[in-house]
Amino acid sequence: MAKKQVLVACGAGIATSTVVNGAIEDMAKENNLDVDLVQIKIAEVGSYEDTADLLVTTAMTQKDYRFPVINARSFLTGIGTEETKKEILQELKK
Amino acid sequence: MSNIYFNESVILLNVEAKSKEEVLEKMGQNLVDLDLVKESFIPAIIKREEEYATGLPTSGVAVAIPHTDVEHVHRKTVSIGVLDRAVEFGVMGDDEETIPVQIVFLLAMDEAHSQLSLLQQLMAVFQNEEVLLSILEEKNKSSIRGLLEEKLDFDALEGEK
Repeated sequence: MAKKQVLVACGAGIATSTVVNGAIEDMAKENNLDVDLVQIKIAEVGSYEDTADLLVTTAMTQKDYRFPVINARSFLTGIGTEETKKEILQELKK
Repeated sequence: MSNIYFNESVILLNVEAKSKEEVLEKMGQNLVDLDLVKESFIPAIIKREEEYATGLPTSGVAVAIPHTDVEHVHRKTVSIGVLDRAVEFGVMGDDEETIPVQIVFLLAMDEAHSQLSLLQQLMAVFQNEEVLLSILEEKNKSSIRGLLEEKLDFDALEGEK
């Protein structure tokens, strides 16, 4: 299985994406998945358009991408975290 | 990298404001007066909140975590504002929904990507309805300081790179 490139993005690339990044890192480790995690600002997604397999973000995106986009707000509120994790894992295992 | 600045002076109680802009102005001005952030922090944080809303529908009490780029920050801090009356903030990741926020955690970070453990602990606070409610009801800044110091373990962060 090829290594997946996962973009983790928030508005500033500082606060919320850091938390989400940590959560995905743990998840990948637990499941023995080799993931290329890239933490960016949402405005930078365009430069990864050709390489990314998945975008996990706390910011809103108006654009359509060729890879799936998963909303990660639940990592911050604690409400619905399990479902979000499942969604991410499903994409990583594809 | 500086140590985190956290004491009663960055805890604001009974913040009176009619809009999120007014909340951010008041909380931001306090940080400017303490010389923790540059003047540019205030317009930057208002603009960022407009572009990327930070309201979180946490259980019990909704919170917001406004933050902006590191170049506006002299020294990192987490400022807490308990609002007199709830103010509408946009919901993070949603361009239409708003939510009445009662506690604002204004983050002034001086380095990108470096505050993971602090942020994770902060998120754990957001997920703890009981802690949020006690912040909301507490009238004493020292008690809030104590409560957060216990939850956020600032000391352990001082040596963190």
